[in-house]
Amino acid sequence: MAGFLAPLLFFVLAAVVLGGVAAMILSRDQAHGALFLVLSFAALGGVFGLFDAPFVAAVQVIVYAGAIMVLFLFVIMTIDPREGVAPEKAPRVFALAGVLGAALVALIVLAIRSPRAASALPAAAGPRPDAAALGELLVRKYLYPFEITSLLIVGALAGALVLLRKDPEP
Amino acid sequence: MIPPWAGPLLSALLFGLGVAAFFVKRDLISQFLAVEVMLAGGSLAFLTLPRPVGSADGQIMVVFVITVAAAEAAVGLAAILHAVRRRKTVRGADLKSLRG
Repeated sequence: MAGFLAPLLFFVLAAVVLGGVAAMILSRDQAHGALFLVLSFAALGGVFGLFDAPFVAAVQVIVYAGAIMVLFLFVIMTIDPREGVAPEKAPRVFALAGVLGAALVALIVLAIRSPRAASALPAAAGPRPDAAALGELLVRKYLYPFEITSLLIVGALAGALVLLRKDPEP
Repeated sequence: MIPPWAGPLLSALLFGLGVAAFFVKRDLISQFLAVEVMLAGGSLAFLTLPRPVGSADGQIMVVFVITVAAAEAAVGLAAILHAVRRRKTVRGADLKSLRG
């Protein structure tokens, strides 16, 4: 993408991402919060696309903003709203959380900017990876993690079923 | 060109906002959503940091992060529903039977 368009798109999308999360923090309703995060994660998919990762961008929008957040919304709708209390927000908690978050951001930025982080990256400059190269990498170099992930998903499925089994109360 | 510092900075900001949201929110589901925000920040870091060397491994890692997030969401939401059924509360502070 040529010229000024990519940075412009990036900063607009980044503002949407951060604004969605901020709106999630400030909204009192859980369902509104989840919907703000859908917006935020969809915009994050756009950011992924700007960073030359079209496959990951599509997965982010379809799986994350689509499937996972809908799962959250289903659970929010299942729970009786009278049980979903509005969070009480002491200004002290806000300030402490803000300080903690800002400190963590500063720490991460410092860690990224350190020269050791730059030298830890493998120097394997090649052609820009496309989806075919990703698939190749997934079934060759990352075959075992890929297969173990499927085991993890089966385990998660079984665990969720066991947790929500209707058993007589002891 | 997108400035090279912009992507890592956005991921750090996302992670920090997620941590702040986790402590501000009081109900389990919103706290769980905050964890998802932290995961999103982590995957953005995986995507943007290896870009100068043109490596595709970061993209694979993002795919794994999203898959693990899906599994984690299924189990976590099942656990939250279980807690709500048993204890009739979604406030994290009310679930303290493990506290000494």
